[in-house]
Amino acid sequence: MLELQQLSKTYATGDTALQDVSFMVPRGQVAGLIGPSGAGKSTLIRCINRLVDPSAGRILLGETDLAQVGRAELRRQRRRIGMIFQEYALVERLTVMENVLSGRLGYVPFWRSFTRRFPGHDIENAYRLLDRVGLLEKADKRADALSGGQRQRVGIARALAQEPALLLVDEPTASLDPKTSRQIMRLIIEICDERELPAIVNIHDVPLAQQFMHRIIGLREGAVVFDGAPAALDEAVLGDIYGAEDWTAMRREHEEDQAAEADATRRVAEVAR
Amino acid sequence: MKPSLVNTAEPATYAQIWTFRTPRARLALWVGWLALVALFVYCWQVMNAETMWVFVADAPTQAADIGSRMWPPSLSYLPELMKPLWDTLNIATLGTLGGVIMAVPVAFLAARNTTPSVALIRPLALWVIVASRSINSLIWALLLVAIIGPGLLAGVVAIALRSIGFVGKLLYEAIEETDIRQVEAVSATGASAMQRLNYAIVPQILPAFWGITMFRWDINIRESTILGLVGAGGIGLKLQSSINVLAWPQVATILLLILGTVIVSEWISARVRHAIL
Repeated sequence: MLELQQLSKTYATGDTALQDVSFMVPRGQVAGLIGPSGAGKSTLIRCINRLVDPSAGRILLGETDLAQVGRAELRRQRRRIGMIFQEYALVERLTVMENVLSGRLGYVPFWRSFTRRFPGHDIENAYRLLDRVGLLEKADKRADALSGGQRQRVGIARALAQEPALLLVDEPTASLDPKTSRQIMRLIIEICDERELPAIVNIHDVPLAQQFMHRIIGLREGAVVFDGAPAALDEAVLGDIYGAEDWTAMRREHEEDQAAEADATRRVAEVAR
Repeated sequence: MKPSLVNTAEPATYAQIWTFRTPRARLALWVGWLALVALFVYCWQVMNAETMWVFVADAPTQAADIGSRMWPPSLSYLPELMKPLWDTLNIATLGTLGGVIMAVPVAFLAARNTTPSVALIRPLALWVIVASRSINSLIWALLLVAIIGPGLLAGVVAIALRSIGFVGKLLYEAIEETDIRQVEAVSATGASAMQRLNYAIVPQILPAFWGITMFRWDINIRESTILGLVGAGGIGLKLQSSINVLAWPQVATILLLILGTVIVSEWISARVRHAIL
């Protein structure tokens, strides 16, 4: 369980990214964070694992206040927080297996990780996760030899290898095509359900968020302006979060995408016939 | 509110003239070129004053004379050169090895994103790099022959010391250009600083590392051929003694051998770098 209390972040430049953000994510819930770019979505999830240091507020993961922990304790806490990145952020020149096993770095001493001799159960678990995301036969391929969707699957396996108590997901589908986006999103949701894992997902694609998220939190200019069920997101709320004009443009774009995809599916079917 | 694309006011008029540079920039450019020409004219005068044109006038005759004395190269001298050539290759290779071993930690200390302290240690590491780069191998060798005596060791150490700066500089630039997101992702798993180096930074700089090392080895082969001139061993020693006794055919043989060696080393270095990238 994760709880944020009055979380605020002001950058050294004086830009306020977050103001008094408070909410709670219980076990097994996948909360989607929506809002225009610059609303503070990325800052919010980066504050939680302290890739960005918050200026004020509390971040409670279980009993621990992540905002207060020192360096050594932060390393220990980060092991419990899996993160999935926008552009996959795999180490491109390492193999798929090394990338997945890097999720165990916080648990093994330096020499074991340096010589790539991980404990047997870690290796077994890595293979199981690769099988789960459908990439078992790619284990010894280099990460830069994979497609975008496959790389994001490796990113998911790496985060899960940590055996996390919380999943942070930063725009997982931003650089993927609509169909792959949906597959990746479905995979993330299934995995969170299987493991009763709480997750925060930054997502700019509102229809995708409505389709998959258990709960939606809307951010505007660093403050929560909506928090509720996806069904409760209506035109008025979205207009409020994004500004009416931008929201209409986004919706039109989505409808076009869907139409194009349906058209492509139909034509493939025709060719097959 | 977005600016409206429909212009409701009077149609605006637009200039037909657009210049690439502002008048100030044009003036500055013109002054710059003028200064360059003035400098050239001045330097030409200095050179004229210091040159004895009588010697220059018969340069073609002199060159032809030395050329004719060099030809044909004395091939019987070749077997005697193999040992010094081997020494030269060893100076270059061991020197590169030593230089790289010392340069790697210096590079990590100098790179902004891996240095433990930007205020204190980074300037120190940069100083080491600059000091090593600013002193030519030949001068390093001259100093070292005085300190540790003539011989191969002086040559190896001279090459190593000169290589620190070159390898260190290129390597720390490669470290600073690594993709921060890959580093962030590894940090986010709870990895320690050493694990972060090992898993996120080293894989990214490895191709650059091998490329730089081979490039430096190739340069060092060339540099180590002249170290003998100051007594630091290798084929330069032979060159020195042949010139001293005016044995021009031997000099020609040595120069051809150096040329051949450099071509081979350049070929090897190019092949290796090509294979990595």
